[in-house]
Amino acid sequence: KRHFMGGHGIVGGHIPLAAGIGFGIKYKGGDQVCLCYFGEAAVNIGAFHEALNMAAVWKLPVVFICENNRYGMGTAFERVAALTDVAEHARSYDMASAEVDGMDLFAVYEATQKAVAAAREGKPTLLEVRTYRFMGHSMSDPLHGVYRTKEEVEEQKKRDPIAALTHHLRDEGTMDQAAIDGLDAEVRAEVDQAAKFADDSPDPEPDALFQNVLADGHD
Amino acid sequence: MPTLTYRDALNQALREEMQRDPNVFLMGEEVGLYQGAYKVSRGLLEEFGPQRIVDTPIAELGFAGIGVGAAMTGLRPVVEFMTWNFAVLALDQIVNSAAKMLYMSGGQFPMPIVFRGPNGAALQLGAQHSQAWESWLAHIPGLKVVAPATPADAKGLLKAAIRDNNPVIVLEGEMLYNTKGEVPEGELVIPIGQADIKRPGTDVTLICHSKTVSVALKAADLLQESGVSAEVVDLRSIRPLDETAIINSVTKTNRCVVVEEGWHHCGVGAQVVDIIQRDAFDHLDAPVLRVTQADVPMPYNKVLERAAKSSPEKVVAAARRVLYLD
Repeated sequence: KRHFMGGHGIVGGHIPLAAGIGFGIKYKGGDQVCLCYFGEAAVNIGAFHEALNMAAVWKLPVVFICENNRYGMGTAFERVAALTDVAEHARSYDMASAEVDGMDLFAVYEATQKAVAAAREGKPTLLEVRTYRFMGHSMSDPLHGVYRTKEEVEEQKKRDPIAALTHHLRDEGTMDQAAIDGLDAEVRAEVDQAAKFADDSPDPEPDALFQNVLADGHD
Repeated sequence: MPTLTYRDALNQALREEMQRDPNVFLMGEEVGLYQGAYKVSRGLLEEFGPQRIVDTPIAELGFAGIGVGAAMTGLRPVVEFMTWNFAVLALDQIVNSAAKMLYMSGGQFPMPIVFRGPNGAALQLGAQHSQAWESWLAHIPGLKVVAPATPADAKGLLKAAIRDNNPVIVLEGEMLYNTKGEVPEGELVIPIGQADIKRPGTDVTLICHSKTVSVALKAADLLQESGVSAEVVDLRSIRPLDETAIINSVTKTNRCVVVEEGWHHCGVGAQVVDIIQRDAFDHLDAPVLRVTQADVPMPYNKVLERAAKSSPEKVVAAARRVLYLD
């Protein structure tokens, strides 16, 4: 309903799905564009390459956005990837690409806008958005673990895109500190409320177990 | 009633469904310009154009996933695999994406997609091209699996598969494409999940599907020569299984042999036997026997391949054992 096409649990498995959604948009002559997000670790999966190739051959309205945060779980990208410039992969598929500073909101915004416009013209793009993960990989993963140093994490935190944006807004006079703090509190409250909604929601009835395994009816 | 090949019956089903619904499209290797590796899609590119008859690269995982994504936008893709042996490369998309999309989205994304192509052995294609995958596929909740044996069933089940709002696996047979049979004129849609009695009988039930239907029918002819009346039950659908048809036949004959192309271990027949022992235990006069492929990769050598496959003679031998004739 809101055009959010779901979260998918197999690394890289959703990249062909995105190409398929682009295929569906093109088939029906729509002007939508599918934005597909994945990490740099997904680039080593065959599905990434198969999907990019077909998206380019069939001129599908898709933007492939690789959030390169340098680590797939605990494995640094350079330890498992011969080519660490993800955007370079686009050349194998004669696809436009760009490398973007993922810590700069305006740079990401501009690059995405450009890629979306190109996708509407039947030119998919591979965007490599260089960023960093400040937290562990998962709830059970320590902040930096043994695969990276505390110093590295602290150094990267200086590039925090939210902090950089608030500095920018304050410096150019768009928002003062009180307004920024207010916005921050507002967002925190919204997230807390969502978490509370989830915690307070009842478990499903037992017969929900067997619902939606198969759809009823046929065309 | 017109006589058609299995290949042309499938072609008719595709053509009719594509004429009926503009959201139906076919994608796969060599389906367009080449007219299909086995000519199932002959003439469709000319009629429907390259937007709806889509030639893909050799990238089963990728184009299966593109089919799933297209189905998420409301299209009804028919994804052809040149053989199910190659579809193994696409199992992640079939099992992890297509089969689970409706459940994981809480009913938001129906998945009206068909994955089809030839399954099982032909003749001397070697171990990697001669495998029957139905027990793998039928294991997965969220999938339907059909395996038609005749041209009429092929047409009616493919049409039902295309119209179904769920992912449906259609297992065809390279050795079946040239076989001929009567196909009723007009609209032919066979509901998924209904077995068909291909030959009525009273003394022993032979349960089979796909290519083993002709094996069982030949076995029934041979058994008739020694005065044994065999009933041949064609499952047609592996998931859902027509438990009622299985139980009704075994309740009548009290004896049963299950024939399949695949391997014995965890095969379709194991599921059928489970149903029989649970719901027809008191009607059995003998243990149920199974005839399957030998428990080896399919040999290339002609003599060894023949030895590995099920045959009417093997089915007759099993039937005679459950009848305590030997």
